[in-house]
Amino acid sequence: MHMHKLEKIWLILGISCLIIFLTTVGVSAFYMGNKPPSCLLTIDPEKVDQQKPFDKPGLHKVEGKEWDYELVYVAQAFSYNPAKVEIPLGAKVKVIATTKDVIHGFEVAGTNINMMLEPGYISEYTTTFDKEGEYLIVCNEYCGSGHHLMFSKIEVVKK
Amino acid sequence: MINNAKAIVKVDSKDAKLSMAHFFVAFGALAIGGLMGLLQTLVRSGKFELPFGIGYYQILTAHGVLMGLVLTTFFIMGFQYAAVSRTAGPHSSAARRTGWTGFWMMTAGTLMSGTMILLNEASVLYTFYAPLKAHWIFYLGLTFVVVGSWVDGIAQIMTYAKWRKNHPGVPSPLLSFMAVINTVLWIVATLGVAATVLFQLLPWSLGLVDTVDVLVSRTLFWYFGHPLVYFWLLPAYMCWYAVVPKIIGGKIFSDSLARLSFILFLLFSIPVGFHHQLTEPGIDPAWKFFQVILTFMVVIPSLMTAFSLFATFERYGRSKGATGILGWFKVLPWNDARFIVPFIGMAAFIPAGAGGIINASNQMDQVVHNTIWVTGHFHLTAATSVILTFFGISYWLIPHLTGRKLTKKMNKLGIIQAWVWFIGMAFMSGSMHIQGLLGGPRRSSFSTYGDSKQALEWIPYQIAQAVGGTILFIGIILVLVIFINLAFFAPKGDEEFPVGEAENSEERAPMVFENWKLWLGILTALILFAYTIPFIDIIQNAPPGSKGFRTW
Amino acid sequence: MAKVELKAKQNTEIEDRSSLKGTMASVLFLLLFIIVSWLGVYYLFVDRF
Repeated sequence: MHMHKLEKIWLILGISCLIIFLTTVGVSAFYMGNKPPSCLLTIDPEKVDQQKPFDKPGLHKVEGKEWDYELVYVAQAFSYNPAKVEIPLGAKVKVIATTKDVIHGFEVAGTNINMMLEPGYISEYTTTFDKEGEYLIVCNEYCGSGHHLMFSKIEVVKK
Repeated sequence: MINNAKAIVKVDSKDAKLSMAHFFVAFGALAIGGLMGLLQTLVRSGKFELPFGIGYYQILTAHGVLMGLVLTTFFIMGFQYAAVSRTAGPHSSAARRTGWTGFWMMTAGTLMSGTMILLNEASVLYTFYAPLKAHWIFYLGLTFVVVGSWVDGIAQIMTYAKWRKNHPGVPSPLLSFMAVINTVLWIVATLGVAATVLFQLLPWSLGLVDTVDVLVSRTLFWYFGHPLVYFWLLPAYMCWYAVVPKIIGGKIFSDSLARLSFILFLLFSIPVGFHHQLTEPGIDPAWKFFQVILTFMVVIPSLMTAFSLFATFERYGRSKGATGILGWFKVLPWNDARFIVPFIGMAAFIPAGAGGIINASNQMDQVVHNTIWVTGHFHLTAATSVILTFFGISYWLIPHLTGRKLTKKMNKLGIIQAWVWFIGMAFMSGSMHIQGLLGGPRRSSFSTYGDSKQALEWIPYQIAQAVGGTILFIGIILVLVIFINLAFFAPKGDEEFPVGEAENSEERAPMVFENWKLWLGILTALILFAYTIPFIDIIQNAPPGSKGFRTW
Repeated sequence: MAKVELKAKQNTEIEDRSSLKGTMASVLFLLLFIIVSWLGVYYLFVDRF
């Protein structure tokens, strides 16, 4: 099997580019803590309301942890609880969410907070809310006839 | 000998009949699915509401199932069946019976699932994620489509095997080899979706079991979901590699490299499903990244393909006396629909491929996951690169099979159709990509989300999508006009089924490419390596199962 | 002398006929497109919280 010299050069360039992409995201994920949301905790989907931390949805200040706040959401067709929160600018927040029924999405539009909520699983993502403004949380996975009416709001405010 | 060679050039008329049967279903699905697509873009513009209480998500399900599963599977099986008949000789009557059996099973399945969608018993979209629970007939219909496609594909494999037996030690005809690779890819991939439908969703929807393991079901679905898109793409690559060179009057740049790229697609398009599950809980991030690496491997055969295609064009152009670096570009046959229609498809694959690399880039998926960017992406890959190539194939294959000619008028209409498609898609897919980067979700009806400032900014893009969708629907009407003309009304004659020859005809493809035990062995090893440990983890750490929901 | 020139001319012609410079230019453009779009979205990822 014969390969043209220029094709060899092309493949070397192309594959090098792919390796650079992979290295960039790999180092960022595993050495700088930017892994995609992959929480391994589970929960009984029928008993979400009785279990911590989902018995108290909302923003809670925490002490002695790597983050300042925990923001807990319970999703169900077709709403999120809480429906609105205010977060102080610059707060490091761990977002913790789960669903009581079908699969939902949890996307804070215009940010990197974008994770699937699946029955029986807890989804988590930790980030610093460092830009002021009003952010929309949308359900971005089809969950039924009211899917497009399912949303919540976050306001990042200077305090 | 001469007679033999001549006999092979035309697809046997009995085989032609079965291929055409596939195309009637495929273009029927295009007509209905296209209308559904138009309605979706109109609804989401916020300027239009569906009449008679029809639900947005009902037509969204119909659009996805008809376009993504029915149109593609029927067209591909029909095309590959004809391509094998053309290059490896007519199918035996046993193979033909097998093909018809598969065709009728797929058709029956389509009608079953389609009826349930029409009755609003299955508005679960074409990904039917549990614990949304559709009517059991919907799942049974899907099973018929998948199993029918296996039976249909076996017809191609039978004829390929017969050819191999009669020609020991000789590489099989390129198009037959490629068709069989794609059929094998399809069979291995659909094992995943068959497993979740047969062992999880069917018993659950029949009430035999109460709960379903959601993550197992999703993982099995996405084991199938990514090779599915390669199953769509490879027939387009067959046309680009092996048919287009003949149409322009050039040669296949390298027969062996074409085969090698298909083998790489077979190996690396399956163990990569986690890149559709990057943002979900319950899967270890190290295993996600491992499958991301394998996903990047499957870019390599596409890099090879890009080089080969440009090289075919450049060699042809230079043989016509073109000079300079890009002089060859001008002498390509721009007035031939059989060339330019797939060519626009190839061009669309440049942004489509770039977008695909972004989607697969591990945590970068958080920027675009389940936003309408993804919809924009696969409307470039599947709904432009693949479908325009399928249209281009139809323009010579349909008249070839029906004993008619592609007239000058239809050729011109085909070219206009492709440009209409290009413009419509530039509007629709372009605005989908931008809206997605701004955070606009996919698969959602019109909503201002409580007059959210962000959501209001998305609306102009949704209007642009409706403009694009309308232009695309005009494109669908045009292609249906051409299809009906070529199937029933075009003048009788002989339209060529173009099959390219290699530039270097002395260089024979290595026989190792046809060593199926080797490739299937490596494929199995890769799949086991990529999936065994995470899959066991998923089962062992599973939460209590989910009961079914009907939320539509 | 004239003969040598003719031969040289023929050689460049053959060289030109089998040249794949345009192919290389095209695929390099493709690579550039991939890199620019990838960097664009990577920038968004880094910029957003």
